[in-house]
Amino acid sequence: MMETSRRTFLQMAGIAAVGLSAKPVLDAFAAEHGGAEALPSVKPGPDGLKAKQWAMVIDTRKIKSSKDLEPMIEACHKMHNVPHFADKHHEIKWIWEEEYKHAFPTDVAKFMDERLERIPFLVLCNHCENPPCVRACPTQATFKRPSDGIVMMDFHRCIGCRFCMAACPYGARSFNFQDPRPFIKESNREFPTRMKGVVEKCNFCAERIAVGKQPVCVEVSKGILTFGDLYDPNSAVRALLKENFTIRRKQNLGTEPSVYYIV
Amino acid sequence: MLELAIQGSKKYFGWIIALLVVIGIAFGIYRFQLAFGLGITGMSRDVSWGFYIAQFTFLVGVAAGGVMVVTPYYLHNYKAFGKITILGEFLAISAITMCLLFITVDLGQPMRMLNVLLYPTPNSVLFWDMIVLNGYLFLNIVIGWNVLEAERNDTHYPGWVKPLIYISIPWAVGIHTVTAYLYCGLPGRGFWLTAILAPRFLASAFAAGPALLILLCLFIRKVTKFDPGTEQIQSLAKIVAYAICLNVFFFLCEVFVVFYSQIPEHMDHLKYLFVGLHGHGNLVGWMWTSMALMLVGIILMVNPFTRKNEPSLIVGCVVIFAGTWIDKGLGMISGGFVPSPLHHVTEYAPTMPEIGITLGVYAAGFLVLTLLFKMAIGVKEEVRA
Amino acid sequence: MNDRKYIMTGLVIFLAIVTFPFWYNLGKASPGPEVKLSDKAKAAKQCVMPTEYMRAEHMQLLDLWRHSVVRNAERIYVNPSGKEFTMSLSNTCLDCHNNKADFCDKCHAYASVTPYCWDCHVDPKEVK
Repeated sequence: MMETSRRTFLQMAGIAAVGLSAKPVLDAFAAEHGGAEALPSVKPGPDGLKAKQWAMVIDTRKIKSSKDLEPMIEACHKMHNVPHFADKHHEIKWIWEEEYKHAFPTDVAKFMDERLERIPFLVLCNHCENPPCVRACPTQATFKRPSDGIVMMDFHRCIGCRFCMAACPYGARSFNFQDPRPFIKESNREFPTRMKGVVEKCNFCAERIAVGKQPVCVEVSKGILTFGDLYDPNSAVRALLKENFTIRRKQNLGTEPSVYYIV
Repeated sequence: MLELAIQGSKKYFGWIIALLVVIGIAFGIYRFQLAFGLGITGMSRDVSWGFYIAQFTFLVGVAAGGVMVVTPYYLHNYKAFGKITILGEFLAISAITMCLLFITVDLGQPMRMLNVLLYPTPNSVLFWDMIVLNGYLFLNIVIGWNVLEAERNDTHYPGWVKPLIYISIPWAVGIHTVTAYLYCGLPGRGFWLTAILAPRFLASAFAAGPALLILLCLFIRKVTKFDPGTEQIQSLAKIVAYAICLNVFFFLCEVFVVFYSQIPEHMDHLKYLFVGLHGHGNLVGWMWTSMALMLVGIILMVNPFTRKNEPSLIVGCVVIFAGTWIDKGLGMISGGFVPSPLHHVTEYAPTMPEIGITLGVYAAGFLVLTLLFKMAIGVKEEVRA
Repeated sequence: MNDRKYIMTGLVIFLAIVTFPFWYNLGKASPGPEVKLSDKAKAAKQCVMPTEYMRAEHMQLLDLWRHSVVRNAERIYVNPSGKEFTMSLSNTCLDCHNNKADFCDKCHAYASVTPYCWDCHVDPKEVK
């Protein structure tokens, strides 16, 4: 009997001690949430562009040679601090050029329009409506942004498993095999770099859209690229899609790419 | 029971120390990889998974192979295997340990690994793979420990272990199925995009795992007082014979579908592996060697004379283990990445540091295996005495 | 019971090793660093949230910021008094606290935390 009551006493004392030590925490909570003061909140910027699904149309008729694409690639890679690695194996690219047979490897004809065989094709992340990379990611570090359909990367969360790279049928993703910083020539100080061990890719210039600007590649494209909302019947991209025959990369895979090519 | 693992001959401790040295060196290399990044490996933008993930895939098979001694004993009441189930379970534990280590060394940001738990993502196969692998490890530790302890105390293992044993059987199939799903659900990777990938993985697992177990049993018979038994080894050998035949059969099914349909995205990978593509063919020699080894294995294991003859049985098991290792540990992963989805041919070969880290993980696995087997055999010897 | 003296010796050695850092550093504790405010920060008088909150919770706040910006495309932070800020470590925090070495690093070094923010985010004032 004696034994039990002592144990009970000790237990009660213990609980009381825990309760007392928790008081300051509770006080802090009360102070933080109490009173008439409003809570902080977040919201999108006032100038941000809005869309249901951002899309891009690339008018390949206006492309003559690599010279036409260079400014777009350069502007993008400069703006986003994309490093330049001499070693092809460790290459990082957000937007780059490929020959037709590599951009559309499943749609190559034996005898083709010579122009298409000759000109470079601009390729980038397709911001698929049904993205396999998002399906594969085990941490939601890559995700389809519900507000506008951009397939985004959260570099803070990426564990570097590279499942997304295996899942992407367009080779749009690059991995930081080492610290990219020493390989960035002129860095844009307003945009972060990446760290080693994370995957990266085109973000459709989410940071520019947020302040009402078009993606930088579109801005410097001299009309080759058009950007807009796929689901707005009055958008610039829809106008082009209505009047021109377009193709998308590997349509048969059902990923629903948002980048269209006028050929 | 742990004390059994820290008593042994000079040779035993020599082996342990040798393993620790290899682990230590590999850990040093890993520190370097951690500081520099995965750039010290042979992986690239196009071949983004390499040796680590390939070894992981192969070893999931070895782990799943343990079920081939568990099922006959517990499900079909095949008494003879009672003697060696513990070896199968402990082999599975060490194989899973290696799997988890290989995944860890393959991560670009390993310190964020727990994000997988922090942001659980049911649509990702990797999330499920994490669950099944850890679950299987847990099941085998609990089951193995309790059954062995009961054997030592000459009692029956507690009743609640039985359901866990039954769960562990489909679970073993699960670990390799989910691991196959990592690959075979990806659009645009023609080599893996096949419904038969999981069955293929399982067939090769049920060949490689028991083949290794046979070799371990023969080794144990030689160096300890515990005899796993001729009947047991022969039964395992039959399992290996069936499984390796199935493995080759499944592969031939694959070859038929790919080359009769003539779909380029599917043909290119097999062409790369077996005859080379656009002048690139690093793996051609390896793949034919693998085929030859598996074929020799079939001949040695199916033929009762060579199966019952110990020296040729050993050769059979070695060639089957080596053949399936090349098939899965070299060809299966690289083959899926070459050519790339944009039809570029970028070849892959592991670098020295990468091989060093790989050996370190294997050494860690063998350390776990040695300690567990030492314990199990210690108990067996005690009970006998 | 014959092992008693071994056990005791072992325990003493164990305790000595475990407590080593405490008595080694006894009386040598260095004083906490003094946080220097930049002129710009001084002029602003108050950060996005009260100083007490910022001192204790700035990482939680930054966590919220990065989550909102990266994942939800919400880039404006409205504090309880209705003032709006663009949520950006490099372009908002460091614009005002333009003395990262004195303001951030000193304290982090003292507390022995190495946030990897700076692996990616750039201090715009830092000379290359």
